[in-house]
Amino acid sequence: MADRLPSPLRLLVHQIGYQNRVFRRVPIAAFFTLAFPLMFLLLFAAIFGDVGISGGHEVAAAQFYAPGLAVFTAASATYTNIGISTAVARDEGILRRVRSTPLPRWVYLGGVVGSGVCIAVFGVALMLTVGIGIYGVDADAGRLLPAVVAFVVGTASFAMLGLALAALAPSGQSSPALAQATILPMAFVSDVFISVGDDPARWLEVVGDVLPLKAFVESFFAAFDPYRTGSAWEPELLVRMGLWGVFGAVVAARRFRWEPSTGSSSGPRGDRSRRHQGRSVPS
Amino acid sequence: MVSLAAVSASPALTVSGLGKSYGDVRAVDDLSFHVEPGEVFALLGPNGAGKSTTVEILEGHRSRDAGTVEVLGHDPGTAPGGFRDRIGIVLQEVGVERELTVREALVHYGACYSRRRPVDEVLELVGLDGLGDRRTHRLSGGQKRRIDLALGIIGDPDLLFLDEPTTGFDPSARRQAWEMVDGLRSLGTTIVLTSHYMDEVQALADRVLVIANGRAVAAGTPDELRGSMDRETAIRARFPMDREGTVTGLLEGLAGRSTVRDGRLDVRTEDPTADLHRLTGWALERGVALDDLEVVRPTLEDVYLDLVGGEPGEGTDG
Ligand SMILES: Nc1ncnc2c1ncn2[C@@H]1O[C@H](COP(=O)(O)OP(=O)(O)OP(=O)(O)O)[C@@H](O)[C@H]1O
Ligand SMILES: [Mg+2]
Repeated sequence: MADRLPSPLRLLVHQIGYQNRVFRRVPIAAFFTLAFPLMFLLLFAAIFGDVGISGGHEVAAAQFYAPGLAVFTAASATYTNIGISTAVARDEGILRRVRSTPLPRWVYLGGVVGSGVCIAVFGVALMLTVGIGIYGVDADAGRLLPAVVAFVVGTASFAMLGLALAALAPSGQSSPALAQATILPMAFVSDVFISVGDDPARWLEVVGDVLPLKAFVESFFAAFDPYRTGSAWEPELLVRMGLWGVFGAVVAARRFRWEPSTGSSSGPRGDRSRRHQGRSVPS
Repeated sequence: MVSLAAVSASPALTVSGLGKSYGDVRAVDDLSFHVEPGEVFALLGPNGAGKSTTVEILEGHRSRDAGTVEVLGHDPGTAPGGFRDRIGIVLQEVGVERELTVREALVHYGACYSRRRPVDEVLELVGLDGLGDRRTHRLSGGQKRRIDLALGIIGDPDLLFLDEPTTGFDPSARRQAWEMVDGLRSLGTTIVLTSHYMDEVQALADRVLVIANGRAVAAGTPDELRGSMDRETAIRARFPMDREGTVTGLLEGLAGRSTVRDGRLDVRTEDPTADLHRLTGWALERGVALDDLEVVRPTLEDVYLDLVGGEPGEGTDG
């Protein structure tokens, strides 16, 4: 009996495709994840133009902003997107339905994570294409591998944090506020929108160093850094991100719920239930 | 692993001493029953009786505090993943992706099962033919509920749970759903359904368990349940209330049991001819009009209301 079940791998591929399709059909999510960071790139490039660096060279501001915003896109595609869409799916009773099918739960969550990574790949490619194509951002092919590894560790970690967010969000409705209230301040102390500067308040630096986004930005930016001469590997930053990923996975594993939060374990108290409350014996 | 032979030889489902509390609320209290393969079994009871709690424990959606449960040879609390491949579940409260069309939802969820019914066949069975390409959020409430039915049977289950499957259906949709259940029954599918509708239970169920406040109050075939009152006929009429004394005199003279409530007289009697004669004689003598006078055989609904009517559980929920 069990051997006739579709193989988990095929199901996983199917799930990723399905989550991608759902994402494409929610224009607001696509806008905030993909177009919003791109808008920032256009703004920053227009505001700051070219900046001088040592040796009399001029470098486009986009050289600094495009990699950082690419990382921000990847974090949005995983953390924000997974956290919100999963919490909403739970409130709508969709996770409940998933649980009533033979689909292994890890395959469902694997589809959620895999789709987040797909969107992140697309968003980063889009950002870098615009950066390289329009603003002449310089990318050194020799440093491609460190950037790819930083991307893989970073998106995986932020995907786990997204699942943790979905697990902790009290409801689907509150999840966007929770996601934005965590990712945006983090972006400000992580050199995404502004460089914290040469002489920042010490605590800003410490906060940025503890949280995972700055490690993601710096390890990815290493491959684009015009000042940098040696290797672009940042093993310590990778470990820091990875630890956050493990933390997210642990929280998700312990706290993830498949039943809607409203009405504890009894299911969504939607229109349907309200409609027939108090109608004990219709004639 | 359970061979098909073993499944068909033993009950599809056995429950004994099942109990479940939510804090102080004893939602299910010492329920025991079993369902034979191929049978249509109904759980009947008022709001808050514990029907959903019971079926969701059987489906593995909720945990239990007490008792043993075996569904297709497995304890649903610890069953392996393949267990859900053989059961179909229509939950009372469940959502579907608003971004998908009806057909996409069926294809998507169907992909999880080892056996699959053709999508077009399912659409037709539940009465959604012609709506396959519509986004689910553009459907009416009753049409949405049909998606739940469709997704319950897409994996061609051996055992199907239906928790109030036809709530929100118009009369013809209900008939169609009944035909679907009948069709599944004739294919050998075992079905456990909950309902508030007597006619639904009468039309579909081989056996019924009536529960109130989490406890069993009656069990049997629909005919057996009715049979407990089979020999009695009901005589009903609107009744003038301002004649307390004379009413009492009359009521004592009748052979059957009678009650006067909200200005309505209800007599349950095994001798309707004589009691009707006494009643009308009494009324003619005093010039009293007995409006809406009727003589009826009790329906399953009458039996049901008698069984659960006095239960305080009805008031707690609605
Ligand atoms: N998650 C929950 N937390 C607390 N109490 C609950 C929960 N789910 C159900 N109950 C309570 O348990 C009792 C049984 O509920 P259940 O949903 O099983 O009833 P039901 O027979 O399905 O009712 P209905 O006909 O309204 O669907 C009710 O008193 C209900 O209020
Ligand atoms: Mg219920």
